[in-house]
This record gives sequence, C-alpha cells and structure tokens, in this order.
Amino acid sequence: MWDSATILMLVEGIGATLQMTLLSTLMAYALGLPMGIALVVTAKGGLKPSPFIYKALDIVANIVRSVPFLILLILVIPLTKIIVGKSYGSTATIVPLTIAAAPFIARLVESSLQEVDKGVLEAAQSMGASTGMIVRKVLLVEARTSLIVGATIATGTILGYSAMAGVVGGGGLGDIAIRYGYYRYETDIMLVSVIVLVALVQILQYIGMKLSKRLDRRITG
Amino acid sequence: MDAIIRIKDLGKTFTGKENNKDNQVEALRNINLEIHKGNIYGIIGMSGAGKSTLVRCLNFLERPTSGTVYIEGMDLSTMKDSVLRQTRTQISMIFQHFNLLMQRTVVDNICFPMYITGYSKKDARRRALELLEIVDLTEKAEAYPAQLSGGQKQRVAIARALATNPKILLCDEATSALDPTTTKAILKLLKEINETYGITIVIITHEMTVVQEICSHVAIIEKGELAESGTVEEVFTNPHTDAAKRLVFQTAQGTLQMKGKRCIRIVFNEISSFEPVISNMVLECKAPANILLADTRNINGIAHGQMILQLPEEEHLANKMIHYLKERKLTVEEVDDYVG
Ligand SMILES: Nc1ncnc2c1ncn2[C@@H]1O[C@H](COP(=O)(O)OP(=O)(O)OP(=O)(O)O)[C@@H](O)[C@H]1O
Ligand SMILES: [Mg+2]
Repeated sequence: MWDSATILMLVEGIGATLQMTLLSTLMAYALGLPMGIALVVTAKGGLKPSPFIYKALDIVANIVRSVPFLILLILVIPLTKIIVGKSYGSTATIVPLTIAAAPFIARLVESSLQEVDKGVLEAAQSMGASTGMIVRKVLLVEARTSLIVGATIATGTILGYSAMAGVVGGGGLGDIAIRYGYYRYETDIMLVSVIVLVALVQILQYIGMKLSKRLDRRITG
Repeated sequence: MDAIIRIKDLGKTFTGKENNKDNQVEALRNINLEIHKGNIYGIIGMSGAGKSTLVRCLNFLERPTSGTVYIEGMDLSTMKDSVLRQTRTQISMIFQHFNLLMQRTVVDNICFPMYITGYSKKDARRRALELLEIVDLTEKAEAYPAQLSGGQKQRVAIARALATNPKILLCDEATSALDPTTTKAILKLLKEINETYGITIVIITHEMTVVQEICSHVAIIEKGELAESGTVEEVFTNPHTDAAKRLVFQTAQGTLQMKGKRCIRIVFNEISSFEPVISNMVLECKAPANILLADTRNINGIAHGQMILQLPEEEHLANKMIHYLKERKLTVEEVDDYVG
C-alpha cells in the first residue's frame, strides 16, 4: 500500500497543511495584531485609555473565542463561499481558521505587550514620544521575544485547527487522516499523517523558541 | 527673574474603585512653588507624601485635578497634545529603576529621544557617543542594559536625558537603587551637568543627604502638602515645621529620644568652633550638658555643624546656657519634647 501515489498524497497533504497554516496565521495576525495592540492601548492605565473601545474589542474577542471551532467552521460557510467561491478544500479552510485565530492572537499579543515594563513606556512618554511611536518603537520592540513565542503557539494551534477542518473536507493532513483512518479504517495512513502533524508542530516550536532566545537581549549579548 | 517652573495651586486626587466603592486619595493639595533657572531643587518627604505624583505633574505625565504648572511661563494644562509633547522634549526625566529599553544597545537607548525630535541617524549616533564620553561610559556603547551595573545604567539614563539639550531635568529617586559610593558619583555627575549646561534640576528623594550633597533649594512635602521651602541653608539652619525638623535631625543612628528634659539645637558655621564653645559654656555655667547629637553636614561645600544638647534640669542653669550661646551669635533653638 505504500505506493508512490500514497506517498505523493502525503507530501501534497503536508504542503496543503503548511500552506493553510501559514496563510491563516499571516491573515489572523493582520487582524489580531492590531486588535491586541488596541486592547493594550485603550485599556485602563494604557497609553490612550478608552473604556468604550476596550470593552467593544474585549466582547468581540470573547464571543469569537467561546464558539467551538467546529461550529464556527460551519457557521462561516456562507462567508467562505462569498470570499473563496467554494466551501471545501484547503483554500476555503483559511477563512474560518483566520476568523477563529484572530481573537486568540489578539489575546496573545495583548498579554505579550502587557509584559513591557510600564516605566519604560513612561520614559518614552516623558521624552515626548507619540502613542504611535511608542507602539512601534517601544512596545513591539521590547516585547518581541514574547511576541515570537506567542506566534509559535499561535501557529501550532492553527496547525491543529487546520487538521480539524478535515472533518468538513478541509484538505491537508487532517483530511487524509480522517478519510483513511475514520472512513476506510486504513489506520497506518492515519498514523503516519498524525506523526507528520506532530513533527511539524515540534519543528515550528523549535524554530520559534530558538528565534526568540536569539533575539532576546536581556539574557546574553 | 521669572521662574522656569511655576507650580500653581496644584492638587491631585486619584479616584479609583475599591470593593465597588469609589475610593479617593488626595495625593497633593494646594501646592505652590517656583523653581528658577539653574536651581537644583530638592523635593523631599516621607514615603507616600506625594513626591512622585508632584514630579509627574511637572511634565503632565499625571494631569493635576486642580491648579496647573507653567514651564517658562507656558501653561501646560491648556496645551494641545502635540504642543505638550514638544514641551516634554525640553523636560527630561530619570527614574529610580532607570527605565532603559532592554532590547536596545546603550547607544540606541541614547539615540531614542533624538529620533523623536527628528535627528538623523548619523547625527544622533555622533551625539550619543559624545554624551557617553560625558558620562564616562564610552566602552559600553554597544552593550545592552542587562550587561550593566545599576550605576552604569543610571549613567546611560542621564546621557539619554541630556540628548535633546533639555532645559529641565527631573529625577525621581534617581539614586535610591544605588549604593552610597555610586550615589555620590551620580550626584557629582548631576552637579557637573548643572554647572556646565545650566540645566535646572529637580530631585525627588527621601534622603536628606542627597539634598545636602547637591541641592541649592529644597521643598518639604508632607501628606500631600508643601510644608516648607527655601534655600537648603535656610531650611537647614532654621527649620520651622515638624516635618522639616524631622528631616534635618535624620541621622544614621536613627531618631533621637529627647523626651522629658529641655533640649536645644545649635548650628555652627564652622566645625572648628564646636569644641571650645561647649567646653567654655560648661566651665562658665559650672554645669554639665549632655551632648545628644553632634554632626557636621556639608551643604554646598560649606561645612555646617549641628549639635543637640540636653540642658540641666535647673531652669536658671538652662537659661544661662542658652544666653551664653546666643551671646556668641549661634543659632539656638529649643527642641524640647521633640520625639523623633
Ligand atoms: N495611580 C494612582 N492611583 C491611586 N493612588 C495613587 C496613584 N499614584 C499614587 N497614589 C497615591 O498617592 C499618594 C502619593 O504617592 P506618591 O507615589 O506620589 O508618593 P511618594 O512620595 O513618591 O512615595 P515614595 O517615596 O514611596 O515613592 C499615595 O498615597 C499613593 O498611594
Ligand atoms: Mg515615589
């Protein structure tokens, strides 16, 4: 059964999974990063406190995060159809993945930025820096190691979600695992898919942690 | 001469929620103070007195709830955000915990305020290296803050504060995290900066020694109010309020117990006059006086001695001693029943 067709299928599966994961992560950051920054800036005691904006973002993030991914996957099918043109396959999965991951990423970003020493922000304010400048040159730079750790976690989580999308024909390794393992009882193919998924997460994790350590100036030179 | 900093009827009340009840803390009340160009103005008080709040009001990091602050005659409370930021580039600040950017090198830290005011990368770097020379830290240019000692970090912070040629330097407990030797060195550096560039310095501290070391003026804050202010000399030789007295009598050994008997405090301008006057007084009055405290303090390079004597219980002897000392033109002040 380990013919070249199966192997090709697995390789393509890996490609599809990586593509889904990376594209979704990028798009989710495009939404989640500004959202996370806005949460920190408008929070009580933030750079530009605004209870109204904070509360609104907070509620949105909480609602989206409390919807189980599988449900969300089905809920956004109409939207996916509008954006991608079809509701199955790995490209289509990017839409629900992005929507599900954005608020999660916003929270990760929020907690990373909160770690930045308030005193440093105050120092920048005392120098006459504008809020935009403080965000770009202080918050994001000082929090970069934590942001990278967050991104690693986010990518790993999105990879896991992408596999779940296999249930509704999402494409990629998850799809293969479900089709062969669940519907056809070809457990070995399912096992291999799962092992590859786990390996991918491990590799991502390793790269992320290495990178964040390497960029941290608080420990070594 | 117009004041470079004028604090007018300043008040700050913090409103917060605690256990779902509105909770108000009146951190500052009705502060009026003028600080002139070139002064090194110490602001001293106990923990929680409101010193940090006051200094943060000077650049509106904290907005006062009443009153205002004028910087070179300009009212900060009516400024637009952009103008306020512009003004802040003229008022630098250093902190107890240095507040350096941990992910940037020493040079980049110093360049940071210059980028805000629009220096080019090249000019900023050149000036940063100049400043490092002033604070004597050239060899650490490419180091990261995590690799520096506390004193070195504060030097970087000082260089950063000087980068945009500010007119005012605010220091909030800038030496409180440093050991005595490093403290002395940092204070010396601040004094040099004041003398060389004429920068007005405001120093927040809870240590009298810091005030004595470099300040020209001092204000004493107690429980959110200005208890006393003036030149260090005035306040030291003639403290009026209890708060001021407590600080002036602050000694390394702790506070004194002077309950019961009458005590007086004498201030000398030179240390050399200490010994003979007291021994002559004892001879003349034929009664012993207990020396509770004798120390000398260096105020702006002039030695000042203070002594606290416990007088004999006999009224006439005590009066005779006071009379004797006053005749010799010494500042004599009764401090009886003073409990430290
Ligand atoms: N952001 C804040 N919210 C509520 N209360 C505050 C806030 N900042 C300061 N206070 C209160 O105001 C009072 C003065 O605080 P401040 O920090 O100015 O004191 P301080 O003289 O600097 O003390 P220390 O020597 O301990 O630094 C304190 O009672 C403090 O609890
Ligand atoms: Mg303080």
